[in-house]
Amino acid sequence: MDQIIVQILNGLDKGSAYALIALGLTLIFGTLGVVNFAHGALFMLGAFCAVVFSRLLSLSHEVVDETRTDFLGNPMTVDVPYMHDIFGPEVGASIIDWAVPLSILFSIPVMIAIGFAMERGLIKHFYKRPHADQILVTFGLAIVLQEIIKAFFGANPIQTPAPTAFTGSFDFGAWLGFDPLTIMYPYWRLVYFFFAVVVIGGVFAFLQFTTFGMVVRAGMADRETVGLLGINIDKRFTIMFAVAACVAGLAGVMYAPIVAPNYHMGMDFLVLSFVVVVVGGMGSLTGAVFAGFLLGILESFASMPAIVDLLPGINQIVIYLVAIIILLTRPRGLMGRKGVMEE
Amino acid sequence: MLGIKGKDLTVFLLVAALALLAPFLLNPFPVDSAMAQFNAGYPDLMQRFVIFGIFAIGFNILFGLTGYLSFGHAAFLGVGSYAAIWMMKLLSLNIIPGIVMAIVFAGLFSVVVGYISLRRSGIYFSILTLAFAQMSYALAYSVLTPLTGGETGLQIKQTDTPLLSNIPEGEIGRANLFGLEMSDSSILRFANWEFTMNVGYYVCAAVMIVAFYLAIRIFRSPFGMMLRAVKSNQQRMNYTGLNSRPYTLAAFVISGMYAGLAGGLMVAMDTQVGPERMFWTASGEVVLMTILGGAGTLIGPVLGAGFIKYMENIVSKINSTVLHEWFAFLPDGMEDFMVTIFYPFVGKGWSLTLGLMFMAVVIFLPGGLVEGGQRLKRLFRRKKAEDDQSSAAKTPAE
Amino acid sequence: MSNKNLTRRGVIKTGAVAGAGLVLPTYLRAQDSGFTNAPTGDTVTLGFNVPQSGPYADEGADELRAFELAVEHLNGGGDGGMLQTFSSKALDGTGILGKKVEFVTGDTQTKSDAARASARSMIEKDGAVMVSGGSSSGVAVAVQALCQEAGIIFMAGLTHSNDTTGKDKKANGFRHFFNSYMSGAALAPILVDQYGADRKAYHLTADYNWGYTTEEAMASSTEALGWETVNSVKTPLTQTDFSSYIAPVLNSGADVLVLNHYGGNMVNSLTNAVQFGLREAEANGKKFEIVVPLYSELMARGAGQNIAGILGSQNWDWKLENQLGDRYSGTNAFVQSFGEKYGFPPSQAAHTCYVQTLLYADAVTRAGSFQPCAVVEALEGFEFDGLGNGPTTYRAEDHQCFKDVVVVRGKENPENEFDLVEIVEVTPTEQVTYAPDHPQFAGGALGSCNNGA
Repeated sequence: MDQIIVQILNGLDKGSAYALIALGLTLIFGTLGVVNFAHGALFMLGAFCAVVFSRLLSLSHEVVDETRTDFLGNPMTVDVPYMHDIFGPEVGASIIDWAVPLSILFSIPVMIAIGFAMERGLIKHFYKRPHADQILVTFGLAIVLQEIIKAFFGANPIQTPAPTAFTGSFDFGAWLGFDPLTIMYPYWRLVYFFFAVVVIGGVFAFLQFTTFGMVVRAGMADRETVGLLGINIDKRFTIMFAVAACVAGLAGVMYAPIVAPNYHMGMDFLVLSFVVVVVGGMGSLTGAVFAGFLLGILESFASMPAIVDLLPGINQIVIYLVAIIILLTRPRGLMGRKGVMEE
Repeated sequence: MLGIKGKDLTVFLLVAALALLAPFLLNPFPVDSAMAQFNAGYPDLMQRFVIFGIFAIGFNILFGLTGYLSFGHAAFLGVGSYAAIWMMKLLSLNIIPGIVMAIVFAGLFSVVVGYISLRRSGIYFSILTLAFAQMSYALAYSVLTPLTGGETGLQIKQTDTPLLSNIPEGEIGRANLFGLEMSDSSILRFANWEFTMNVGYYVCAAVMIVAFYLAIRIFRSPFGMMLRAVKSNQQRMNYTGLNSRPYTLAAFVISGMYAGLAGGLMVAMDTQVGPERMFWTASGEVVLMTILGGAGTLIGPVLGAGFIKYMENIVSKINSTVLHEWFAFLPDGMEDFMVTIFYPFVGKGWSLTLGLMFMAVVIFLPGGLVEGGQRLKRLFRRKKAEDDQSSAAKTPAE
Repeated sequence: MSNKNLTRRGVIKTGAVAGAGLVLPTYLRAQDSGFTNAPTGDTVTLGFNVPQSGPYADEGADELRAFELAVEHLNGGGDGGMLQTFSSKALDGTGILGKKVEFVTGDTQTKSDAARASARSMIEKDGAVMVSGGSSSGVAVAVQALCQEAGIIFMAGLTHSNDTTGKDKKANGFRHFFNSYMSGAALAPILVDQYGADRKAYHLTADYNWGYTTEEAMASSTEALGWETVNSVKTPLTQTDFSSYIAPVLNSGADVLVLNHYGGNMVNSLTNAVQFGLREAEANGKKFEIVVPLYSELMARGAGQNIAGILGSQNWDWKLENQLGDRYSGTNAFVQSFGEKYGFPPSQAAHTCYVQTLLYADAVTRAGSFQPCAVVEALEGFEFDGLGNGPTTYRAEDHQCFKDVVVVRGKENPENEFDLVEIVEVTPTEQVTYAPDHPQFAGGALGSCNNGA
């Protein structure tokens, strides 16, 4: 029982990442009708926002320490972060420690700017082109983006730890009335889950309760009619693209402490998030979110030792197997709308 | 001729000529010149051009004609490869049984995958094929290790004694076609030029010419017409009482068999298989090849395949030493400057260049490389026409 | 006036006849000397095939640096590095057999297909007589088989699976790096020493060949000394979040977690294990421990703080000579020249690639020929010293180097990003030596060396 609860938590956590990326992808599909293969790259850029910001915070100047020597026998240079100079060693250290949460503030404008530039500079010209062309151009863009990151940060993963306050684990066992210490779950992963819920809730509220959101939803349902009503739907769609980029970026920022970012993490998520979107059903935001959590939880269950012993290799294929079963039983995914991306 | 005519015949003859003369066309630079880096006329790369060309031609029969975008075609290539290598390990080192079984197994597998996946269309179809391919990859890598060799893949070993071939003790068997070894080459030398005529390459080239011919026939047949109808409006087709499924399934299986043929040839040329051949990036690669070259055109996929493989194999080998040699004629400061500028785009940066090229092609040449060719031709024609006109204008004065 | 006959058609005809005359039989380069790609001019070309894209690109970059350094030293440039400390004095800084060493590079992408394509282009286009490098066993096995077929020498780079010199060994292939068995044999006694003989281990194993051989080696060596293996779970190679594999560990009754992972897998699984508090946990009344059988500097850098206190094994470490004396001579000479040139200490991947290049050059010089079979003969059973690992033997039966294995632990407070591990102990050669027909290596045959056509 305790194992099942832990795996549900793991699933919710993985599902959060899937859901956030899939949400953005669906927004772009739904509003712009564009297959965005660069969406994984946006997630990766978000994670690297955290890396860049924590590097900026720990920007240092060198001080030569005569008492120690480096590996070649020369006097050792020690790096002292500017933050220590400005705020004093203690406050400076804790600012650096909180780099990841702080970088949310940094990443929002950056990701919106990137999303805006991408849409205006590139995607805009591809609305009327076939999906195949969209795939080629966004895939090319994804390669370019990740190669640029590789050129600056190398191919090795870069640790971006969560603040020390979040390093421990929460004892669910004691909380739920099981034996203490049986269900331990890391704080940061819980933070990630709640963060995802807040962001998803925010996007839905924005679409549901604002006039802007209403227009966008109307545009998703019938773009032409909205256009005929004299509403400049294109401008709003540009903003939605930026929002989608921002959601992917935020998912990446907060994910950085969970899995150390590297330049190809976007590609790792790309295919999975497409599967999630399609299983959820094209054009359905709730479907994407729901499918994200569902596949996350199923993946976690499938990797339990008892189940792998029973069905060797199931942990490797579970997501794809579930995708096939769902698509065969429900023609348009869980909540897909008729006629979206079916040609 | 051969049941094809007009423009198709020209294209076919062009492809055949290109394939047969590749060893010369791809080695335009003398061996010891600085430009020799760009020579692509060595057996391995020529074979790859042709094999991936076959793969892309087959893919185009499905995607170019019916518009069904499969994201799992690498699985058929992989299945074909595994079938071929097992034939070589067990039955005969002659490549024919291997290639035949590769086509058969890939065909059977694509019947299964196609039958299930074609129940859906659009992106739902793409994801179904992707799911099948990813499952094949994951299983080949891990659980199926006894059958696939897992990560290290399968090679022909000294311990392998195929039923029909007798290999001398202690020798490792080599792939052959009735005794003609695939790795045999003749080298032709003119002054500083070197041209390698490789047996394996010509086997591949012959197969590709046949495959290309069949593709033309399929494109121009009533069956091809039917597939195009599926692409333009499947609903209308259904309303007229035609069931499109058998046609799309046939197209799917044919393209799966092409993939299997490519897989079999890959094993015949280079006797090893690894599971990465089935990873989604490999499936994505053939999609990119086809779109890059020009989906739905006859020659496009072949061009796209050549383009990507060229970047992967030639550009990735240019390192900083080579760059320094190129720019050695410049003054020191300039030399370093030029090397610094070019370095990010070559060697380990080859994928960056590839990504930029993808974007450039799709932005400036919406119809792929084929459109580029057409534009060039038009430009050339117009010039010629202008010349004709101007010369015509001059004539009376004479 | 005789030129009058020189019509266009005539020229083409003459050309064709001349061309036909020039068609020469198979592997012309081989025919002159009896082996593939025999160097003819005053240069010899080596092929360095390393991962330049994909997850191991940084490791590949470090290997490439070492290769460039080795070539520089062979050609008499720089300070000569390990040439001064190498026990064989055949090399004198004038290239190999008087021929200047040149090299070509390629990208393996850590995929066997791409690696073979790149190696074939080196052999077919650039005329390389030796191919070296690589950062994974799948690639090493694939390229080794190719080199055997083509008739050139393969000097493996970083490859740790038993199979490379076990069931997939080849006469033309040589491995300096250590292997899974040696890791197990070297680590087990130290693990027992540090954590006690009464331990229960839980294995997480990357689901591919290297993972299997490492798990087998670790389990059998630790079980022989009294440990118990509670469970072993395979994890998919493409996994990035290991939470669902880590979570059950703590309640499984185990008190040691063995992570048979490499590269990005290892960084992520270790990070997740630390996140789930395994490093601070207690089980069966003992402190919970984590073991990583194969360490690498780049992985350690990727894992950052998380490696503190975690034991693992390495082929070599740049601090060896400073800390354990001149048994490991050569280490400082190499670190010095590498550090001078690039500004940071070399990784073990760089070391093994550098040493492999030198060993090849030395074998050619001693054999007096580039002919693969002569080189194989010169390397088989070759005993040497002064290349940083202490006295070493290239065993003739399987072309595996036998030498001391370094057991390291992640530092609690690393001073900089290159000094992340501390040396715990060095396990002497005798303890990690095994019979050539050991069951973990069974099923392959070296075959006979191949000179090509």
